[in-house]
Amino acid sequence: MDAIFHFGGTTLSLIRDVLPIAAILIGFQVLILRRPILNPARVFVGLVFVLLGLALFLEGLELALFPLGRLMAQQLTLPSFILGEGAESIDGFVWSDYLWVYVFAAAIGFATTIAEPALIAVSIKANQVSGGTITVNGLRLAVAVGVAIGVALGTFRIVTGTPLHWYIIAGYVIVIIQTATAPRSIIPLAYDSGGVTTSTVTVPLVAALGLGLAETIPGRSPLLDGFGLIAFASLFPMISVMAYAQISEWLAKISRNDSSTSDKSGK
Amino acid sequence: MKALILQFIKSLRQSFQDLLPIILVIAFFQMVVLKQAVPQLGQILAGGLMVLVGLSLFVQGLKLALFPLGEEMAYSFVKKGNLWLLLIFAFTLGFGTTVAEPALIAIADEAATIAASGGVIENIDSARDSYAAGLRLVVALAVGFALLIGVIRILKGWPVQYLIIGGYLGVVIMTAFAPKEIIGIAYDSGGVTTSTVTVPLVAALGIGLASSIRGRDPLIDGFGLIAFASLTPMIFVMAYGMFF
Repeated sequence: MDAIFHFGGTTLSLIRDVLPIAAILIGFQVLILRRPILNPARVFVGLVFVLLGLALFLEGLELALFPLGRLMAQQLTLPSFILGEGAESIDGFVWSDYLWVYVFAAAIGFATTIAEPALIAVSIKANQVSGGTITVNGLRLAVAVGVAIGVALGTFRIVTGTPLHWYIIAGYVIVIIQTATAPRSIIPLAYDSGGVTTSTVTVPLVAALGLGLAETIPGRSPLLDGFGLIAFASLFPMISVMAYAQISEWLAKISRNDSSTSDKSGK
Repeated sequence: MKALILQFIKSLRQSFQDLLPIILVIAFFQMVVLKQAVPQLGQILAGGLMVLVGLSLFVQGLKLALFPLGEEMAYSFVKKGNLWLLLIFAFTLGFGTTVAEPALIAIADEAATIAASGGVIENIDSARDSYAAGLRLVVALAVGFALLIGVIRILKGWPVQYLIIGGYLGVVIMTAFAPKEIIGIAYDSGGVTTSTVTVPLVAALGIGLASSIRGRDPLIDGFGLIAFASLTPMIFVMAYGMFF
């Protein structure tokens, strides 16, 4: 019974989320542009699918993934897990004691990004617009690798306590260098990928991991270190998406050179 | 109808593939690293099934409603040829989708509590409420402004990188001067504005505009709106923290 009420609440808050969007779209289309909406029945069914789908998705995450993910993040950062049985608090550790935490951060960052609905939407569009040269799964893999590296590096930063702005500034310098050298057509898409990763699935789990670390290691602040991880998760996909384009361009060049040399040897 | 069901089954299979990495990661860490049984297996299976069906429905709905709507609007505006109307629409869309966003409401309330305990504002209900409402308004204005600038950029064909890199330089500089408590909130608000419903719509709008204006490339000019929408809230919120 509780579950039904809870589901109702999620649906209501989503309706509140979608209602202004629908009002703006329909208001402009019908009242100001004075054009009918093409195929209104299909659009209506689609909007119901979007609403119902998101409500089920979020509710299912809340039931299955988030409690377990938070629990695991907590257990992986417990002093007794890091320093062995009987350890009450964290003192006298080296950064490599946290190896499993970095692996978990990378793995969960990768896995949740693959399931991120907003990223799926952008990848479908990018695939259509690029005429198939950017594949849906290729883009998603590139973004997921970026999030994985970013989150793992972010947990490493919390463990070692090095200042956040060094990493962020270094990251943006790399972004600027890549922007100057990467194929021009990938740049807007790479910048957009930074924004879509920090959405429904990734943030709650990554934040739980940051919180667990910040609470158990002395001298870390949950408030300051928690948001740091999110900043990493939106910076590194820009780098990895541009790198994906650079590497595929480079590979294409090599195979072109190969085929031209083999052509010559053939003659 | 039959085609729709067939498509849905195909999309269920795709969604399962999308969720498989999460299942593998959780199972591996739970059993091999933490060496624990999975608690409340029934609840987790039920939740997993909901996630699976939900994701499939969402992707179907994208293709049926959100993508065509966004593109149709873009074509209608270009056909109408009224620049001001398009700009008003872009601003309204950004402002309207953000001001009612549940994630933003939660963050604004949290920010008001932090500000009150830090002594920035008085620790009474009315002061907290007006601080939270102010913050929501600022973020919504920021997203409206982002779409406005983003649409002008598509029309003019400006390269996206100068605006974005310039913007991030602004963020770095402001981070040095803004009050420490507001920085975390500012960075977070950049992330929450790009919600799962807004992203597909805004992407379709940008691509629709870029492909219906001659001389614009949908790949180069159509993307970039989301990047603007996650950048401007950081600047606006830090400015809010500096001046209020």
